[in-house]
Amino acid sequence: MTVTPGWYMALAAVLFVIGVGGMLLRRNALVMFMSVELMLNAVNLTFVAAGRELGVVEGQLAVLFVMVVAAAEVVVGLAIIVAVFRRRKTASVDELSGLKG
Amino acid sequence: MVELALFIIFAIAAIFGAISMVWARNPVYSAMGLMLTMFSIAIFYVSNGAHFIAAVQVIIYAGAVMTLFLFVIMLIGVDKAETRTENLPLQRPAALALMVLFGAGVLIAGRSAWVTGITPAGSVPVDGSIEQIGTKLFNEWLLPFEVTALLLIIAAAGAIALAFFRDEEAQR
Repeated sequence: MTVTPGWYMALAAVLFVIGVGGMLLRRNALVMFMSVELMLNAVNLTFVAAGRELGVVEGQLAVLFVMVVAAAEVVVGLAIIVAVFRRRKTASVDELSGLKG
Repeated sequence: MVELALFIIFAIAAIFGAISMVWARNPVYSAMGLMLTMFSIAIFYVSNGAHFIAAVQVIIYAGAVMTLFLFVIMLIGVDKAETRTENLPLQRPAALALMVLFGAGVLIAGRSAWVTGITPAGSVPVDGSIEQIGTKLFNEWLLPFEVTALLLIIAAAGAIALAFFRDEEAQR
Protein backbone atom coordinates (compact mmCIF):
# COMPACT_ATOMS: atom_id res chain seq x y z
CA MET A 1 0.00 0.00 0.00
CA THR A 2 1.69 3.15 -1.15
CA VAL A 3 0.94 6.66 -0.03
CA THR A 4 -0.24 8.67 -3.01
CA PRO A 5 -0.33 12.48 -3.11
CA GLY A 6 -4.11 12.22 -2.86
CA TRP A 7 -3.72 11.06 0.73
CA TYR A 8 -1.79 14.19 1.60
CA MET A 9 -4.45 16.31 -0.09
CA ALA A 10 -7.19 14.58 1.89
CA LEU A 11 -5.27 15.22 5.11
CA ALA A 12 -4.76 18.85 4.07
CA ALA A 13 -8.52 19.16 3.47
CA VAL A 14 -9.21 17.83 6.98
CA LEU A 15 -6.74 20.30 8.49
CA PHE A 16 -8.25 23.15 6.47
CA VAL A 17 -11.75 22.32 7.69
CA ILE A 18 -10.52 22.23 11.30
CA GLY A 19 -9.00 25.67 10.69
CA VAL A 20 -12.31 26.94 9.34
CA GLY A 21 -14.01 25.58 12.45
CA GLY A 22 -11.56 27.35 14.73
CA MET A 23 -12.10 30.60 12.85
CA LEU A 24 -15.88 30.32 13.19
CA LEU A 25 -16.18 28.90 16.70
CA ARG A 26 -13.57 30.72 18.78
CA ARG A 27 -13.79 34.30 19.97
CA ASN A 28 -10.20 34.85 21.03
CA ALA A 29 -8.45 36.94 18.38
CA LEU A 30 -5.18 35.05 18.88
CA VAL A 31 -6.74 31.62 18.42
CA MET A 32 -8.61 32.85 15.35
CA PHE A 33 -5.29 34.05 13.98
CA MET A 34 -3.71 30.66 14.66
CA SER A 35 -6.59 29.06 12.74
CA VAL A 36 -5.71 31.19 9.73
CA GLU A 37 -2.12 29.95 10.01
CA LEU A 38 -3.39 26.37 10.12
CA MET A 39 -5.41 26.92 6.94
CA LEU A 40 -2.35 28.40 5.18
CA ASN A 41 -0.29 25.38 6.23
CA ALA A 42 -2.91 22.98 4.91
CA VAL A 43 -2.85 24.73 1.54
CA ASN A 44 0.96 24.57 1.53
CA LEU A 45 0.79 20.82 2.01
CA THR A 46 -1.57 20.62 -0.96
CA PHE A 47 0.89 22.59 -3.09
CA VAL A 48 3.78 20.28 -2.26
CA ALA A 49 1.71 17.14 -2.87
CA ALA A 50 0.47 18.47 -6.21
CA GLY A 51 4.00 19.42 -7.23
CA ARG A 52 5.14 15.89 -6.51
CA GLU A 53 2.20 14.44 -8.44
CA LEU A 54 3.05 16.53 -11.50
CA GLY A 55 6.79 16.17 -11.11
CA VAL A 56 7.42 19.92 -11.12
CA VAL A 57 9.20 22.14 -8.63
CA GLU A 58 6.76 25.08 -8.91
CA GLY A 59 4.65 23.65 -6.11
CA GLN A 60 7.49 24.20 -3.68
CA LEU A 61 8.06 27.71 -5.03
CA ALA A 62 4.41 28.53 -4.38
CA VAL A 63 4.89 27.34 -0.80
CA LEU A 64 7.82 29.74 -0.40
CA PHE A 65 5.71 32.68 -1.59
CA VAL A 66 2.80 31.69 0.65
CA MET A 67 5.19 31.55 3.59
CA VAL A 68 6.47 35.07 2.89
CA VAL A 69 2.94 36.46 2.67
CA ALA A 70 1.98 34.60 5.86
CA ALA A 71 4.97 36.03 7.68
CA ALA A 72 4.00 39.58 6.65
CA GLU A 73 0.43 38.85 7.71
CA VAL A 74 1.54 37.59 11.13
CA VAL A 75 3.65 40.69 11.75
CA VAL A 76 0.88 43.16 10.91
CA GLY A 77 -1.92 41.11 12.49
CA LEU A 78 -0.17 40.62 15.81
CA ALA A 79 0.76 44.31 15.89
CA ILE A 80 -2.92 45.15 15.41
CA ILE A 81 -3.97 42.71 18.14
CA VAL A 82 -1.46 44.21 20.58
CA ALA A 83 -2.54 47.76 19.70
CA VAL A 84 -6.20 46.86 20.22
CA PHE A 85 -5.38 45.16 23.49
CA ARG A 86 -3.50 48.17 24.81
CA ARG A 87 -6.50 50.39 24.12
CA ARG A 88 -9.41 48.10 25.01
CA LYS A 89 -7.81 45.61 27.44
CA THR A 90 -9.37 42.64 25.69
CA ALA A 91 -8.51 40.18 22.95
CA SER A 92 -12.05 38.91 22.49
CA VAL A 93 -13.60 39.92 19.20
CA ASP A 94 -17.07 39.94 20.72
CA GLU A 95 -16.28 42.98 22.85
CA LEU A 96 -14.88 44.99 19.94
CA SER A 97 -18.25 46.24 18.81
CA GLY A 98 -17.37 49.90 18.29
CA LEU A 99 -18.76 49.91 14.75
CA LYS A 100 -22.17 48.63 15.84
CA GLY A 101 -24.49 51.61 15.27
CA MET B 1 6.24 1.00 3.84
CA VAL B 2 8.22 3.55 5.81
CA GLU B 3 6.23 6.31 4.16
CA LEU B 4 2.95 4.64 5.13
CA ALA B 5 4.00 4.34 8.77
CA LEU B 6 5.23 7.96 8.80
CA PHE B 7 2.00 9.13 7.18
CA ILE B 8 -0.25 7.35 9.68
CA ILE B 9 1.70 8.45 12.77
CA PHE B 10 2.08 12.07 11.77
CA ALA B 11 -1.38 12.40 10.26
CA ILE B 12 -2.79 11.44 13.66
CA ALA B 13 -0.36 13.88 15.33
CA ALA B 14 -1.33 16.69 12.93
CA ILE B 15 -5.06 16.21 13.39
CA PHE B 16 -4.66 15.88 17.16
CA GLY B 17 -2.63 19.12 17.23
CA ALA B 18 -5.15 20.97 15.10
CA ILE B 19 -8.14 19.85 17.17
CA SER B 20 -6.40 20.64 20.44
CA MET B 21 -5.55 24.08 19.04
CA VAL B 22 -9.22 24.80 18.39
CA TRP B 23 -10.37 23.14 21.62
CA ALA B 24 -7.90 24.36 24.23
CA ARG B 25 -9.12 27.03 26.61
CA ASN B 26 -5.65 28.37 27.28
CA PRO B 27 -4.01 30.12 24.28
CA VAL B 28 -0.61 28.64 25.22
CA TYR B 29 -1.98 25.12 24.70
CA SER B 30 -3.43 26.30 21.40
CA ALA B 31 0.02 27.47 20.34
CA MET B 32 1.55 24.13 21.37
CA GLY B 33 -1.04 22.20 19.36
CA LEU B 34 -0.38 24.36 16.32
CA MET B 35 3.36 23.78 16.74
CA LEU B 36 2.80 20.00 16.75
CA THR B 37 0.77 20.31 13.55
CA MET B 38 3.49 22.38 11.88
CA PHE B 39 6.19 19.87 12.77
CA SER B 40 4.05 17.06 11.37
CA ILE B 41 3.58 19.01 8.15
CA ALA B 42 7.36 19.44 7.96
CA ILE B 43 7.66 15.63 8.15
CA PHE B 44 5.19 15.36 5.27
CA TYR B 45 7.31 17.76 3.24
CA VAL B 46 10.32 15.52 3.79
CA SER B 47 8.43 12.42 2.68
CA ASN B 48 7.29 14.34 -0.41
CA GLY B 49 10.88 15.10 -1.32
CA ALA B 50 10.72 18.79 -0.43
CA HIS B 51 13.67 18.91 1.96
CA PHE B 52 14.39 22.60 1.63
CA ILE B 53 10.75 23.51 2.24
CA ALA B 54 10.74 21.27 5.31
CA ALA B 55 13.73 23.11 6.74
CA VAL B 56 12.10 26.47 5.99
CA GLN B 57 8.88 25.26 7.61
CA VAL B 58 10.64 24.33 10.84
CA ILE B 59 12.72 27.50 10.95
CA ILE B 60 10.05 30.05 9.99
CA TYR B 61 6.77 28.56 11.21
CA ALA B 62 7.66 26.34 14.14
CA GLY B 63 10.47 28.68 15.10
CA ALA B 64 9.86 32.33 14.32
CA VAL B 65 6.10 32.59 13.89
CA MET B 66 5.23 30.48 16.91
CA THR B 67 7.75 32.36 19.05
CA LEU B 68 6.05 35.58 18.00
CA PHE B 69 2.67 34.11 18.90
CA LEU B 70 3.92 33.02 22.33
CA PHE B 71 5.43 36.46 22.95
CA VAL B 72 2.10 38.13 22.20
CA ILE B 73 0.22 35.61 24.36
CA MET B 74 2.55 36.41 27.25
CA LEU B 75 2.22 40.13 26.53
CA ILE B 76 -1.56 40.28 26.67
CA GLY B 77 -1.92 37.84 29.56
CA VAL B 78 -2.63 34.15 29.70
CA ASP B 79 -4.37 33.93 33.05
CA LYS B 80 -7.62 35.45 31.86
CA ALA B 81 -10.32 32.82 31.86
CA GLU B 82 -12.04 32.91 28.50
CA THR B 83 -15.79 32.69 28.76
CA ARG B 84 -17.35 30.35 26.27
CA THR B 85 -20.70 32.04 26.04
CA GLU B 86 -21.76 32.79 22.50
CA ASN B 87 -23.51 36.09 21.93
CA LEU B 88 -24.87 35.32 18.50
CA PRO B 89 -27.73 32.82 18.86
CA LEU B 90 -27.24 30.81 15.68
CA GLN B 91 -23.47 31.09 15.38
CA ARG B 92 -22.43 27.63 16.61
CA PRO B 93 -24.98 25.50 14.69
CA ALA B 94 -24.41 27.61 11.60
CA ALA B 95 -20.64 27.22 11.94
CA LEU B 96 -20.87 23.43 12.30
CA ALA B 97 -23.24 23.20 9.34
CA LEU B 98 -20.86 25.33 7.26
CA MET B 99 -17.94 23.10 8.25
CA VAL B 100 -19.82 19.98 7.18
CA LEU B 101 -20.90 21.60 3.92
CA PHE B 102 -17.37 22.77 3.20
CA GLY B 103 -15.90 19.36 3.95
CA ALA B 104 -18.43 17.70 1.66
CA GLY B 105 -17.62 20.21 -1.06
CA VAL B 106 -13.90 19.55 -0.75
CA LEU B 107 -14.51 15.79 -0.90
CA ILE B 108 -16.67 16.10 -4.00
CA ALA B 109 -14.19 18.42 -5.68
CA GLY B 110 -11.36 16.05 -4.80
CA ARG B 111 -13.02 13.15 -6.58
CA SER B 112 -12.64 14.66 -10.02
CA ALA B 113 -9.41 15.52 -11.76
CA TRP B 114 -8.89 19.25 -12.05
CA VAL B 115 -5.39 19.20 -13.43
CA THR B 116 -5.21 20.11 -17.08
CA GLY B 117 -2.36 20.90 -19.41
CA ILE B 118 0.67 19.09 -18.07
CA THR B 119 0.32 15.34 -18.13
CA PRO B 120 0.82 13.81 -14.70
CA ALA B 121 4.25 12.24 -14.46
CA GLY B 122 3.16 9.63 -11.97
CA SER B 123 4.27 9.94 -8.40
CA VAL B 124 7.88 10.62 -9.24
CA PRO B 125 9.36 12.47 -6.28
CA VAL B 126 10.76 15.83 -7.23
CA ASP B 127 14.28 16.27 -6.08
CA GLY B 128 13.65 19.37 -4.01
CA SER B 129 17.24 20.41 -3.85
CA ILE B 130 18.09 24.00 -3.17
CA GLU B 131 19.84 24.18 -6.53
CA GLN B 132 16.68 23.28 -8.46
CA ILE B 133 14.50 25.67 -6.48
CA GLY B 134 17.05 28.46 -6.74
CA THR B 135 17.40 28.09 -10.50
CA LYS B 136 13.65 28.39 -10.98
CA LEU B 137 13.29 31.17 -8.43
CA PHE B 138 15.99 33.44 -9.82
CA ASN B 139 15.18 32.85 -13.48
CA GLU B 140 11.46 32.50 -14.06
CA TRP B 141 10.11 33.86 -10.78
CA LEU B 142 12.49 36.75 -10.20
CA LEU B 143 9.86 39.52 -10.27
CA PRO B 144 7.53 37.87 -7.71
CA PHE B 145 10.59 37.24 -5.55
CA GLU B 146 11.51 40.91 -5.61
CA VAL B 147 7.91 41.89 -4.88
CA THR B 148 7.96 39.73 -1.75
CA ALA B 149 10.97 41.71 -0.54
CA LEU B 150 8.93 44.90 -0.98
CA LEU B 151 6.02 43.27 0.84
CA LEU B 152 8.19 42.37 3.82
CA ILE B 153 9.55 45.92 4.04
CA ILE B 154 6.01 47.31 3.98
CA ALA B 155 4.91 44.86 6.69
CA ALA B 156 7.81 45.75 8.95
CA ALA B 157 7.21 49.48 8.45
CA GLY B 158 3.51 48.97 9.13
CA ALA B 159 4.17 47.13 12.39
CA ILE B 160 6.51 49.88 13.56
CA ALA B 161 3.98 52.53 12.58
CA LEU B 162 1.24 50.75 14.53
CA ALA B 163 3.45 50.75 17.62
CA PHE B 164 4.43 54.43 17.20
CA PHE B 165 1.09 56.10 16.53
CA ARG B 166 -0.47 54.49 19.58
CA ASP B 167 2.16 56.14 21.79
CA GLU B 168 1.64 59.55 20.22
CA GLU B 169 -2.09 59.41 20.85
CA ALA B 170 -1.52 58.42 24.46
CA GLN B 171 0.60 61.52 25.02
CA ARG B 172 -2.02 63.89 23.66
